[in-house]
Amino acid sequence: MSLPLQDLCRVAPEIVLCAFAMLVMLLAPIVPRARHGILSTISVLGAGIALAATRFPAMYPGAAYSGLFRADAFSLFVHWIVCGAAFLVILGSTSYLQREDLDAGEFCALILLATAGMGIMAGAQELLTAFIGLEMSSIASYILASYKRDAPRSNEAGMKYFLLGSFATAFFLYGIALFFGASGSTRLDMMTPLANDSARTLLKMGLGFIFVGLAFKVAAAPFHLWAPDVYEGAPAPVTALLSTGPKAATFALALRILADVGAASPLWFWALWVAAVLSMFAGNLAALVQTSLKRMLAYSSVAHAGYILVALATAAATDHAEAGIAAALFYLVGYALVQLGAFLIVAQLGGPGERHVEIEDFAGVARRQPAMAACLSLFLLSLLGLPVTVGFLGKFYVFNAALESNLIWLAILLGLNSVIAAYYYLRVIVAMYMLREPEQEIAAEPVPWTLSLVLWIASMGTVYIGLFPARVIGFAAKAALNMR
Amino acid sequence: MVPISYYLALSAVLFGLGVVAFIFKRNIITIFMAIELMLNAVNLAFVAFSRALGQLQGQVFVFFVIVVAAAEAAVGLAIIIVIARNRGTLNVERVDSLKH
Repeated sequence: MSLPLQDLCRVAPEIVLCAFAMLVMLLAPIVPRARHGILSTISVLGAGIALAATRFPAMYPGAAYSGLFRADAFSLFVHWIVCGAAFLVILGSTSYLQREDLDAGEFCALILLATAGMGIMAGAQELLTAFIGLEMSSIASYILASYKRDAPRSNEAGMKYFLLGSFATAFFLYGIALFFGASGSTRLDMMTPLANDSARTLLKMGLGFIFVGLAFKVAAAPFHLWAPDVYEGAPAPVTALLSTGPKAATFALALRILADVGAASPLWFWALWVAAVLSMFAGNLAALVQTSLKRMLAYSSVAHAGYILVALATAAATDHAEAGIAAALFYLVGYALVQLGAFLIVAQLGGPGERHVEIEDFAGVARRQPAMAACLSLFLLSLLGLPVTVGFLGKFYVFNAALESNLIWLAILLGLNSVIAAYYYLRVIVAMYMLREPEQEIAAEPVPWTLSLVLWIASMGTVYIGLFPARVIGFAAKAALNMR
Repeated sequence: MVPISYYLALSAVLFGLGVVAFIFKRNIITIFMAIELMLNAVNLAFVAFSRALGQLQGQVFVFFVIVVAAAEAAVGLAIIIVIARNRGTLNVERVDSLKH
């Protein structure tokens, strides 16, 4: 029997996030509109303290609240990703909120609450907790996607995200119901032995439904059709959050199910294989023909979900799942860093109302905003997987894991897709550095220091982890070993 | 006593009807109701299993599903109201300013 105090320590990051979200919401009506920057400051502080509070679950690993939640190296790692993403997004969006005249209080509070939900998903040991975490992050994200209340495109993004997200939730829940019917429990780690064939069939169907629900949430093909519209229509900083945090948390949940439920691996392997290949091709081929940078990045994020699914398929293929899990975790770190940076740059360079997000609007950015152009190029090269960046190592580990488990075809398709992707990433860089500026001058706005700081952190992280990956991959491997 | 398979069949039919309505209906409110139907099909399955297995866990789960569905409805209806106000239509086919 564990002490309740230890249980509290194990969920310390979530407590901090929720407390700060409440604080910000309480302060929002009191603080005058002109000084809403202070709410962003408090929220950044909250996300930072939550990041620091991961010390507590690290000190008391183990199951909390009679097995509803679990603090281990794996959940810790995912907490770092989601809390770090929240920290960078809130910091990077302060100037955006002022420029677009959006309310900062609710925005930051919702991001903090969504992050708490993602943290809960990362540590979920029971499908009930996973469901609550998933919905906490989803419901907050629906509001965030439609946050520009007067912009029809933002409304539309919110509506599409809401309808398809709830649809996915229903599938996920139906899967849980069948899982419960088969095993008599919704605990992931305490599967009672299956009584008979009908229970086995129920379990298979349940895992199938859960897979569909999760695939929707990570925007894996063929369930990715909502992603481009939502990512394009939502305010760019929100897109930065949506394409990183929830994805990392959902992949974490899928990995947890793979590791804990023995029946999942053989059943999910082919589903993961097919979803990985479809996502890579659907994302990359569609990204080739996009004219809007925001939409292109949305399709590229579908392709990146495919790369991570390769790692998941690797984890499902063998008894030694560690390499695949570690590769997926490492990939998520690198992907989150550069994806966040890229979307925040789009938010800044898009100008008021995000009117200049077409690729041709980025022509000549290198002359107008050399630092921004350099950062965006670095992020795109990392997404492409050029050596020295973290993206290269991410792909390398996934590739290696796939080869080690004899998934030669997946490895080949992954390599092929990286080549296809080179075309559309390089096209943006060429536009920025070599093309003439558009006829009507796009005013170069000064870059606020908050955004500079975020971009500095993201680009330093991209290069630093790209050069010295040992600590990150070492911790990812430890997290993966720890799961079983 | 009604055997559990009857409840499960009903639940599956309701879920299937929800999916079909979600795909084919054009009014946002109707689509939203289709999702609610799916969630209630899930609840029915949970309660049926809970009773058949003699375990209360499933019924507890139902409470959580109901609460979350209510929260989701609040947010969803708010988004739908904004859409109706900004566009004057609730037909999903006419809410298509984002490229396909």
